[in-house]
Amino acid sequence: MEVAFILEKLILVVIVFVITLVIAMYSTLAERKIAGFMQDRHGPDRAGIFGLLQPLCDGGKFFFKEEIIPAYAHKTLFVLGPVIAIITACITSAVIPWGQELTIGDRTVSLQVADVNIGVLYVFGVIALGVYGIMLGGWASNNKFALMGAIRAASQSISYEIGMGLSLIALLMVTGTLSVGEIVAQQSGFVNWNIWVQPLGFLIFITCAFAECNRVPFDLPECETELVGGYHTEYSSMKLGLYMFSEYINMFVSSALMASLYFGGYNFPFMYDLGLSSNWITIIGVIVFFLKIFGFIFFFMWIRWTLPRFRYDQLMNLGWKVLIPLAIANIVLTGVFSIIKDTYF
Amino acid sequence: MTIFYFVAFLSIFFALMTIFTKNPVHSVLYLVITFFTFTIHYILLNAQFLAVVNFIVYMGAIMVLFLFVLMLLNLNKDTEPMKSNLVKIMGTIAGMCLIATVLGALKVIETNNGFVTGNTDFGLVKNLGKILFDEFLLPFELSSILLLTAMVGAILLAKKDKKEA
Repeated sequence: MEVAFILEKLILVVIVFVITLVIAMYSTLAERKIAGFMQDRHGPDRAGIFGLLQPLCDGGKFFFKEEIIPAYAHKTLFVLGPVIAIITACITSAVIPWGQELTIGDRTVSLQVADVNIGVLYVFGVIALGVYGIMLGGWASNNKFALMGAIRAASQSISYEIGMGLSLIALLMVTGTLSVGEIVAQQSGFVNWNIWVQPLGFLIFITCAFAECNRVPFDLPECETELVGGYHTEYSSMKLGLYMFSEYINMFVSSALMASLYFGGYNFPFMYDLGLSSNWITIIGVIVFFLKIFGFIFFFMWIRWTLPRFRYDQLMNLGWKVLIPLAIANIVLTGVFSIIKDTYF
Repeated sequence: MTIFYFVAFLSIFFALMTIFTKNPVHSVLYLVITFFTFTIHYILLNAQFLAVVNFIVYMGAIMVLFLFVLMLLNLNKDTEPMKSNLVKIMGTIAGMCLIATVLGALKVIETNNGFVTGNTDFGLVKNLGKILFDEFLLPFELSSILLLTAMVGAILLAKKDKKEA
């Protein structure tokens, strides 16, 4: 473990962190712009050209708002809630391979922070941890609406984690590895993308990802027509900002995850037929990866203005009686297909 | 080794905090931290898979459910059942018996088991999977049947309640 290696990883971590925050920031603008586009209006366009300074203004506003901690709230946990939410949102990106290796001089730099051999499970564990932020915040507020929101969030997240995990098992049966880096490396070109062998698994995964991110149509934890503001009813100032930010970061990270697990990550069609040097392939790969991520983020926002919110019993029915049986059927089908493939082809 | 002693100290400290705090929600949170220190222990043993599974199952699922139930119950001093001195003394004796049993069991096993002498890659997914589905297939399947039985039982109990009401 030499100094250069640690320095290299440190720089990579900082870059990934900054990119994550910037993308989360501009996702708020993109969301409002896309909402405007879908509803045939302009969206924010006063601050800077095309409203590009809007996220900065919003961020500044968050800092200058009065910080209120309700008198009957549990102070430590009230502060801890948004902190846990943002930390768990940020650390997921550690195992995502942003690109192939970059050769600078005679050093090869891997564009993945940590290629642990249990990467998929790590992501899953961190997602499971994310619900604590919401639950603690909602409970510590000492407010019935916030508690209802927190309980909805917890039960929703537990229910959809199962579907998500089962859909991932089918994917792991195909790839045979738990390392995200290896899964992406297997999908070189276009025909090897996992979406072609796991279409049903992807459908289950994306539905669960919507639920885990608390996005419409599964945004019942913060359903404003029933619960005022949901789990963050009592929050103000930057603590509210952290909750909203963590939601956008979650959206970004789950888009990155879907792009790398099912859509080939940094791989793009004909990548080795263009006669480019490996550094150029890496750079184009990173750009392609981010384009895929932006596509998924757009999809998240598109769905928001297309589907109405579910009722709570519908949400639970979908999770337990549709997605989980479908995911199990998917596992069985994947097993049968792989046996047929092994014996006859 | 120093890392081990530090993490072991943390484990015991947070386990004691779990017992000694008055607030049930705090108690659960300390238990979550205790499980987190167990995860670090597994990583120190190079058992990555066990570490992550411990993380997902205990911290991510079971403790969330605990917290969930406690939040709904809204426990406080008024609803806490008063325990008589007899119960407390019996609890102490039972606890001491448990300590004696565990210590005795550990003494018999001693330290020359697979963990210390075996290869250090024991806890990686591949090796663990091979051992579970080969050498220990029967116990593994039996324990999964046990879990299934418990699940069916829980659903049965819940259903019965619904019919009467």
